[in-house]
Amino acid sequence: MKSLDAYRDEVQVRAVFDQLARVITREWTLMEVCGGQTHSIMRFGIDQLLPKQIDLVHGPGCPVCVTPLELIDKALVIAARPNVIFTSFGDMLRVPGSTTDLFQVKARGGDVRILYSPLDALRIARDNPSKQVVFFGVGFETTAPANGMAVFQAKREALKNFSMLVSHVRVPPAITALMSDPANRVQAFLAAGHVCAVMGYWEYEPLAAQFRVPMIVTGFEPLDIANGILAAVRQLEQGRVEVENAYPRAVTREGNQPAQALIAQVFEVCDRKWRGIGEIPQSGWRLRDEFREYDAEQRFDVGSLHVNESPLCISGLVLQGRKKPNECVAFGKQCTPAKPLGATMVSSEGACAAYYRYARHTFAVVG
Amino acid sequence: MCLGVPGKIVDIYEASGLKMGRVDFGGVTKEACLEYVPDIQVGEYTVIHVGFAISRLSEADAQETLALLREVGAFEEELGAPNEIT
Ligand code: SF4
Repeated sequence: MKSLDAYRDEVQVRAVFDQLARVITREWTLMEVCGGQTHSIMRFGIDQLLPKQIDLVHGPGCPVCVTPLELIDKALVIAARPNVIFTSFGDMLRVPGSTTDLFQVKARGGDVRILYSPLDALRIARDNPSKQVVFFGVGFETTAPANGMAVFQAKREALKNFSMLVSHVRVPPAITALMSDPANRVQAFLAAGHVCAVMGYWEYEPLAAQFRVPMIVTGFEPLDIANGILAAVRQLEQGRVEVENAYPRAVTREGNQPAQALIAQVFEVCDRKWRGIGEIPQSGWRLRDEFREYDAEQRFDVGSLHVNESPLCISGLVLQGRKKPNECVAFGKQCTPAKPLGATMVSSEGACAAYYRYARHTFAVVG
Repeated sequence: MCLGVPGKIVDIYEASGLKMGRVDFGGVTKEACLEYVPDIQVGEYTVIHVGFAISRLSEADAQETLALLREVGAFEEELGAPNEIT
């Protein structure tokens, strides 16, 4: 296997962009769905290498960003309970709820722990039988096999003190919602490579046909992204509409079958609310009835919460590719990674955080 | 959280009824669950996401992509293509 350096070789990346400059004849708007790709694009300055005719807009693919405020507030209430060990991936800790965040709950004495894998939550539950261990199960299709396995194992081991606060989201319904919106400008998608590593890309074929939108399965290294963009522009220029795999070393059309089987066993599709966007039909996964006893929302009654979004934050429009982060009046002023107003500034994969971190502060730079 | 990272399998074993392994990420080794790549062998590459291998990395496809891109690069050089971007 070639080292990653090969996929970061600037000469090769530039060669792809030269090729791109030669095939492009008009303006196109492309969306990268995944926040991890947004981060790569900013980090390696791909946005600055692009021909001016390409407008690359950022998509809703950051699970931390789209987790609804109600659920963050629920997490905060549960995490503050004395008998609870609340576990989560690191990015969730700084996401602002209506009044506080998980870091502050931890600072005030709550037992909040950052995990590398959801299986670690099971170990903590085994080691602490007198405590309730709750895992904040957020993520797209990429994370569902891992979170689903934690629940599956908990049932197999008959663990009584583990539960999961579930906020799983699915990409295809989000694409349907974006493309059905009259304000949509997106003409081609860079589909998230690791979502497709799990789910394959067969699900995208009817979407591409229905909305006449090319979709390119794209990896995360600079060369992968450059290649994905080139493939998208080629299709657009030639009037083709296909689902194309530009990340074959990790993705097959069928995806990861054992992972899909476990997802289907543990989860069922449900409607879900996305922070900043609203409810998208069929866009989520919740635990099936057989696993409902592991649902933290069932185990902990937190009553009804009154949520409070910042009136300045336009992260919903950012997540839908309708505005760039630096078009928000609060960007870099009232809202910074140290004091974020919205989730897209908190998560390392959020578009606002990526723009801030890599200093895309002015319009001139993003052009 | 969402990024998967490529790593090399250096050891495979079982823990709590699950197929687990140690994965080398260029010098740093971590444990990962290998249930979703049941046939994977020590020495092979995989994408790890939140402690789970989600995909086997194909060496052949990796080489092919790079070869293709090298061709693009060579082609550019032959043409003496200008480097600036319009
Ligand atoms: S800069 Fe801050 S306030 Fe503005 S959209 Fe992004 S997260 Fe929201």
